[in-house]
Amino acid sequence: MSYEEDITAYHLDILKEIGNIGAGNAATALSSLLGNKVDMAVPHVKVVSFDEMMDIAGGPDNVVVSVFLRIEGEMTGSMFFILSTHQAESFIRTLTNNKAFNFNEIGESEIGLSALQEMGNILSGSYLSALSDFTNLNLYPTVPAIAIDMAGAIISYGLVELSQAGDKVIVIDTELTDEGEKQEGANGQFFLLPDPESFKILFRSLGVD
Amino acid sequence: MIKTGNIIKVGIADAEIVSPPDTIRTSGLGSCVGVVLYDERSKKAGLLHVMLPDSSLARSGEINHAKFADTGIPFLIDRIGLPAARLKAKLAGGAQMFQFSGQKDTMRIGPRNVEAVKETLKKYKISIVSEDTGGNSGRTIEFDPVNALLHIRTVNVGEKTI
Repeated sequence: MSYEEDITAYHLDILKEIGNIGAGNAATALSSLLGNKVDMAVPHVKVVSFDEMMDIAGGPDNVVVSVFLRIEGEMTGSMFFILSTHQAESFIRTLTNNKAFNFNEIGESEIGLSALQEMGNILSGSYLSALSDFTNLNLYPTVPAIAIDMAGAIISYGLVELSQAGDKVIVIDTELTDEGEKQEGANGQFFLLPDPESFKILFRSLGVD
Repeated sequence: MIKTGNIIKVGIADAEIVSPPDTIRTSGLGSCVGVVLYDERSKKAGLLHVMLPDSSLARSGEINHAKFADTGIPFLIDRIGLPAARLKAKLAGGAQMFQFSGQKDTMRIGPRNVEAVKETLKKYKISIVSEDTGGNSGRTIEFDPVNALLHIRTVNVGEKTI
């Protein structure tokens, strides 16, 4: 039996609340970084196949900018902050005060990526500290790694642990929208992918069986 | 009239077969490995998208054969329906997408997948005609059974055909 079969609708609601608290904290951090109002959508918690997981990120071929870190400690898992290249450029322009920033400009991308990595650091740190406070679990995130590549290539890396236990993923997906940037759809997505054995630990820490 | 083919898409941890005029594609290979097995005479081919090196890693009872190198390759040979001796292989993928200090074994998954695929092909005496493995870029690959060419597209290093 696969681990995801033990997960009830009640459990999914709890995971949704975790996404709410974590991403809410991260949205506040992003808002003060950018000096803009940042909105957060209600989190989606889904049990999906690997292929569906890629579709949530825009399809396996879709080029994205991704900040990825592993969560170690009492609970383990993978976390992604995913942005379109257009959105990443816009964030870098605000953060570095360089209105002309563009990934194709040679020599410029290094400082831009460094700014983005720092942003990823702050956002994922605020997400995880909220999660840690809420659950009372000690969590130790790795230093975030950054990559610009196909969503499939990036996200499959975070599925390595999960894929040993089954063919489904439980993903906590939260979207952030920067109010200063009027455009369609979300500006950034957080994916929290707890490792299979972490769900029990997570629920137990909140007094749920 | 020239009949134009469809593109058969292979998902992650999945395997499919193809015959002309169709081509076969898998998208967004990172640490995963795309394994093409083909027969030049009959133009029959198949593509496997391997995610993990060995089925002994599986922690649940029922396994998806296409997910692992050691079970995926015999599974694909079966699907193609030809003796392994007639098949040749082309490989792509197995990249190291992220660098972390103090890496755990699971983080080295790309190179481990490539090693496991090669070992399994050796076991079935299937020779590898060409490969594009390693590096740190994602790949989308498409195989045309007519000329047995594998087209590889990356975001950061361009396109090539092997």
